[in-house]
This record gives sequence, C-alpha cells and structure tokens, in this order.
Amino acid sequence: MTAPTIPGLENSTLTHEPPQRKYKRGTKATLLGLALVLPNLILLLVFTYRPLIDNIRLSFYNWNIASTRPATFVGLDNYIEWAQNPVSWQIVLQTAIFTVAAVAGSMVLGLALALLLDRPLRGRNAVRSLVFAPYVISGAAVGVAFQFVFDPGYGLIQDLLGRVGLDSPQFYTNPNWALFMITTTYIWKNLGYTFVIYLAALQGLRKDLDEAAEIDRTPRLRKFFKVTLPQLRPTTFFLSITVLLNSLQVFDIINVMTRGGPLETSTTTLVYQVYQETFVNSRAGYGAAIATIMFLAVLVITVVQVRMQERDK
Amino acid sequence: MNTHRSEDAFKQVIPPVAKKETASRGSKATGKTKVRKEKSRQQVALGISPLSKIGGYAGAIIAALVIALPLYFVVITSLKNHADIYADPIKWVPSVWVPQNFSYVWNTLNFDQYLMNSIIITSILVVIKVSLGVLSAYAFAFIKFPGVNALFFLVIGTLMVPNEITIISNYALVSQLGWRDTFTGIIVPLAGVAFGTFLMRNHFRSLPAEIMEAATMDGAGFFKTLFKVVLPMSWPTLMAFILITSVNEWNQYLWPFLISDTGRVAPLQIGLTLLQNNEGLTNWGPVMAGTILATLPMILVFLLLQRSMIKGLTAGAVKG
Repeated sequence: MTAPTIPGLENSTLTHEPPQRKYKRGTKATLLGLALVLPNLILLLVFTYRPLIDNIRLSFYNWNIASTRPATFVGLDNYIEWAQNPVSWQIVLQTAIFTVAAVAGSMVLGLALALLLDRPLRGRNAVRSLVFAPYVISGAAVGVAFQFVFDPGYGLIQDLLGRVGLDSPQFYTNPNWALFMITTTYIWKNLGYTFVIYLAALQGLRKDLDEAAEIDRTPRLRKFFKVTLPQLRPTTFFLSITVLLNSLQVFDIINVMTRGGPLETSTTTLVYQVYQETFVNSRAGYGAAIATIMFLAVLVITVVQVRMQERDK
Repeated sequence: MNTHRSEDAFKQVIPPVAKKETASRGSKATGKTKVRKEKSRQQVALGISPLSKIGGYAGAIIAALVIALPLYFVVITSLKNHADIYADPIKWVPSVWVPQNFSYVWNTLNFDQYLMNSIIITSILVVIKVSLGVLSAYAFAFIKFPGVNALFFLVIGTLMVPNEITIISNYALVSQLGWRDTFTGIIVPLAGVAFGTFLMRNHFRSLPAEIMEAATMDGAGFFKTLFKVVLPMSWPTLMAFILITSVNEWNQYLWPFLISDTGRVAPLQIGLTLLQNNEGLTNWGPVMAGTILATLPMILVFLLLQRSMIKGLTAGAVKG
C-alpha cells in the first residue's frame, strides 16, 4: 500500500529511517506494537474515518436526524438542490471571502509581528506573550467579548471611531460589516499562532540571515523579499494549510456572534450551513451533502497547494 | 542522512525552549551558539538606525494596544453596573466596582456546575489522549512491524478531516448508543489523538539510539524502557503535549454544543452560550463576567507555562 502524502509532514515521516537505529522486530514486537497502537487507531477509525464514509452515504438520502422514520434514498437530489439554490452560491462566496481574508490576514500580520518582535526591542517578551495570549482563549469567549467590543451603541470600536469623528458601521445588521466583524475577530484570536510559528522559523534562520546580510548590503525591503521570504517558504506552506483547515472549521465565533445572520445567511459559512440544515432544519441528508462538497473542496485545495509547493522546490 | 537534517532543523525551529537541551549536550555546542549570538547582536546594533528603532517601538506599542485594549474593555465591563456600561463615552474606570456580576453568574446561572463539567471533561480527555498518544508514538518510533507506516499515515491523516464531515454520523451513533447528554458522549468521540502522536513520535525518534540499545541489552521490557528510559528524557515535549491538549479540550465547542442539549453536562464554553442567550445584548455585565470565568483557567495556565506551550506548537510545525 502506498501511503498518502500528508502535506506539511512529508519530510519527517517514517520513510527515511536513520540507518543506525536498531528496531525491535519479530512476532512478540509485532504484538506489542499493535497493542500500543490499536486503542488509539480504533477510536480514530470509529469516530473519524467511519463517519467520513458514512457522511457520504447519508448525502444520498432524505433523512431527519431527530426522527425515527427511516431515511429514503434520493440519489443526487440533495446535490442538485444545493447547486440550484442561489443561497448556496452566496454562502460559498462568503466562505471563500472569509477564508481568504482570515488566512491571508493572520499570515501577513503574524509574519509582520514576528519580524518586528524578532528585533532587539526593550520589553519585546511582554509584547510577544500578549500577542500569543488570545490563542488560548476559546472562540466562544472571544466571540461573546467581541460582540460587545463591536456593539454600535456602546462598544469599544464605536468609541474609538467617535474620537476621530466617525460613526460606527452597523456591525450587527449590515451584511458586509457583519462578515468583516467575524473575520476581524477570527484574526485577532488566531494571530498568535501564525506569529509564534513564524517567530520560531525566523530564529531558526538567524545564522543564514546574518551571513546573507554580511555579503550584500541590500536595502531591508529587498533583503526581505530576496532572502527572508524564500527561506520561510516551508513555514508559509505549513501555515497556509493548517490555517486554511482551521478557518474552514470555524463554528464557535459565528454561532456566538451572529448565528449566521443578519438576513438569515449573511455570515453563514459552509460549516454553519451544515449545522443549520442538519440540526436546526432537520435535514441531515442535505447537511451531509454540503459537508461532502466541502470536504472535496478542501481536498482539492490541499492537493493544489502541495503541487504548487513541489513545483517551487 | 535526511532524517538527521530534519532533526537538526527541528532543534533550530525551537531555540528559545531547546536551549536547555542543547546546553546539556556539551560545551562545544553551547560555545557555538554563544559566538553566533554575539555576532548577530553586533550586526543588529550596527544595522538599526534611530528612526527604524522608533518605528519598531511604535509598531510594538500598536500591536500591544490592539490586543490589550479589548481585553481591558472586557475586564472593566464585567465589573461595571448597568449605568456605567451604557455610559457614553466609555468609562475607562468604573465609577462603582460591581463584583456582584461574578457572584450572580456563579450562583444563579450554574457557572459552578459548568466549571465542574469543564474540569471533568478536560482532565479525562487529557489523561486518555496523552496516554494513547505516548503509547502509539512509542510503537511508531521504536517498533518495526508489518504495516507500521500505513498505520502511522492513517493516524496522521485524520488531521486532514474537518470535523463538520464527522459530526452528523457521530451524532447519530451517539444518539443510538443513548450517550446524548452524557460525559461519555462528549468524551469518547474526541478521545483519539493524531497531533500528539506525531509530536511524541518525532521527539522519541530524536532520542539517541545508543540509549535504546543499552536498554534492550539490559533486557528491559516495554514498561521499564518507557518509564525509566524514554519518559524521563521527554518531559519538555510531554509537558507541551499536555498543555496543548488541555487548552484544546477546554475550548472545545461544536461537539459538546451538539451533545449537551439540556446543559446538564455542558462545559463552560457552552454555558457561556446559554448565558448569552438569556442575558446577551441587554445585560453585558454578567455576560462579560461569564466570559472571564470561562477564560481565566487557560489564561493562568498560559501565564505560568507559555514557553512549554509554544514549544509544542512550533514542534508541530517541524519541517525538513
């Protein structure tokens, strides 16, 4: 069996054995190995791979998850209905906007902060901790807190805007501003992750960077694009995949801040639609179809990312 | 060869925490890092103009404000009375301090129970996940058996499966088993561990091969090798694994949200949503108090042990 390549991990897998290491082998070792691996593996098979397959099967059925009535087979009806409903495409667009903005925003800002706080500034350790701190706060708590921060009547944002003579946008009721609010909140919470990963990578590159700086006295901006950024490419690749997967799964912030609204669906992403259709509208088959579409989209995007990375090498 | 290179990179990726490990490896390595450090400091000192230094501090201050201001705003709101909360402009210091928001949330809105639920769910999940992660990592790192590579990829592959595709079928299964609204229903489907297995396996493989060989020659069995040889050399990574798992499970949302429908076994994050449903948009004081209660334990863990946590995250990003 050829093992699939896991993006971001392929260089540190079992395929390259250090020649000098002696492994335990034999029947006894095999039994021990399986005994150690199986409990974990069974849990993952039952609660990750089984539902993955089962979800695809369910997507061909009309099924109410809350009732005992048996599901009826409807073929591709769920998919056809989804594709023909204009709301679906609106939600796809919103998901794309949110995801691209969240991934790009947290990566660009994370890298900028890493570069900034890699410099010998006094008190930088305190700022580093501060930037990382929101990452340990739950999405639910950040969402609830930022609902008030963005409150157009009494929140922090309207107060700050008022100081420079601006009126606060209607974050709760204007569809575009609502999506903006969700995206900003997500970036604020997750910036710490991209920041620490980039910072660690920069510190790992320190020696090479110094040598490069010694050789040519190029302006800083050029040095950044010619020397630093190319060297950070593996990190950028790793982050682009992990942050993408993470942002495509955002449920807590949306559920707490907007419930997918205003106007019913203005901040609904595909994940939230899966939840809405399955558990609120009791249409589990339709929800499963959307989940399947989304999974396929994630798979395609990841394969494209891996290909691009390989081509660049 | 290849693996060696990637393990070197692993160490470089995490210098702030790895320093101790490098230092214990002998004076040679330490000497080298020192020279390198001095050199870089010199160059940085030469390269930075006063203007760019001012720019640097300005940037750092803006970043700190963007993060700290909302946090401060939440904290003072949780301690304000109704009039202060709805004051315009914002009162940066409450005119009356109202700790009653906290006692109200704690006593009247079941936050004591949600906290207990969170502690139960998180601690059980941490124990299970760390045990399973260490055991499977041990097998993947030290034992050669047929299909080991395929099984490893099967474990790691779950990282690529988004949770929304598993919730529908898992919800149906958990309902069938009669596990809805129980701790079992929340915990068991979340108990498998992929990231931690990967993290620990990478660390185990970075341990010197001679030590494992010596243990084998001494006739040490699995348990003895694990507890007397491998784990004592793995505390920093294990600690990082435990911390990251704690934070993730504490902040878990979608699955407990679906399973704990009556609130009986709801953890704090779900309790916060219930609180917000009841009081949100009208009674911000208690809502912000609830937000702080749901967050405080992880903030404390973070303040005490952030280095360890960051080490785990960056080690997860190991690249060759």
